[in-house]
Amino acid sequence: MIVPLVLSELEHDALTELVNIGVSRSAASLRNMVGEQVTLSVPSVDVVSRKAAATLIRQRESGEMVAVRQDFEGAFSGRALLIFPETNSLALVRAVAGDELDESEIAAMESEALTETGNVVLNGCLATMANMLKRPLDMSLPQVIRGDGDLFFELSEHAEDQGVVLFLYINFSISGRAIRGYIAMLMDLPSLEALKALIGEFIERVTGADDLGQLG
Amino acid sequence: MTTTVLIVDDSKLARIVVGKALSALQPEWARREAANADDALAVIAEGGIDVAILDFNMPGRNGLELAGDIRSAHPDMPIALATANVQDEIIAQARALNATFIPKPITEEGLKGFLSGAALKLRQRG
Repeated sequence: MIVPLVLSELEHDALTELVNIGVSRSAASLRNMVGEQVTLSVPSVDVVSRKAAATLIRQRESGEMVAVRQDFEGAFSGRALLIFPETNSLALVRAVAGDELDESEIAAMESEALTETGNVVLNGCLATMANMLKRPLDMSLPQVIRGDGDLFFELSEHAEDQGVVLFLYINFSISGRAIRGYIAMLMDLPSLEALKALIGEFIERVTGADDLGQLG
Repeated sequence: MTTTVLIVDDSKLARIVVGKALSALQPEWARREAANADDALAVIAEGGIDVAILDFNMPGRNGLELAGDIRSAHPDMPIALATANVQDEIIAQARALNATFIPKPITEEGLKGFLSGAALKLRQRG
C-alpha cells in the first residue's frame, strides 16, 4: 500500500485558490449563458478514495443525476465533471437555450445544450488552472452521462484502481431558476505528484521566493 | 502617520501575493491580515485601518457582505473587492458599496489603480 502523497498546507491553500479562480471565471461565463447570477461555494479539496468521492455526492443527492464529463491530459491528468440532479436538467437547457422554446424543442436540444454548458464551465476552469500553472492541458470532447456518483468517478473503465484520488468540488446554484449542482474534479495519484511539483513552482513564482537566488 | 491596509482572504497564499504587490507599490504602508469576515471586523474595530482589500469567495460571509458591514461604519474607507468572478451582479453590488473591483489573480498592475486612488483620497482627507 502506497502512502498517500499529501499536499502541504500552503500547497493545499494554493490549489484551492487556483480552483477558486478557475471556477469563478467559469461562473462568470455561465452567468452570461443563462442571464442570471450564479452563486458558488468555497471549493473543497481533499485526498480521498474514489469510493468516498462517489459517496460524498450520493449522500447529498437521492435521485438520478446528469453529468457532463471532460477528461484532461497533460502534466497532470484527470476528469472534470459538471453534475446536477436530473430533475434540473431541462431547466438548465431552458436557461441556456431560451424560454421561448417549447417542450419538444427543449427536449430535442437537451444533450447539445448540456454539452455546450459543460464545455464552457469545465474548459474555462481547466484552462485558467493550466495557464496559472504554465502547463498546457489537452481536453477531451465533453460527454453527457447519466447515473450516480459511482459511474461518474471511475477514471478507467476497468476499475482496478482502488487508490486515493484528489477530489475537488464546488456547489453552484443559479438564482431565479431552480438549478443547482456541482463542479467536480478528480485526479489519480501519479497526477497528484506532478501537480504537487507544479503547485510548488507556482507558489515560488507568485510569492517571489526564488528572487533571492536570481539576478534581476 | 502610517497608512495601514487590511488584507482579507481565506487563502494564505493570496494574502502573501497581495502583500508582495502592496510592498512593491507602497513600501511605506503597513499591513494587517485576516482570514475571514469576522476576524476582519475585529481587526477594524481595534482601529487604525485605513484601506481594506477583500476577497469575494470566503467561508462564512463573502467579501461583498463584509464590504457592506465595513461601509456602514466607515463611509470613506477605500475598499477593494478582489475576485475572478466578474459577474455583472457582483460588479454592480461592489459599485453600489463604492468598492473597487480588482481582478484575481492579483498583480501589481491590477492593484496599482486602486492604491493610487486610495493614497489620493487619504491625502485629501489629511
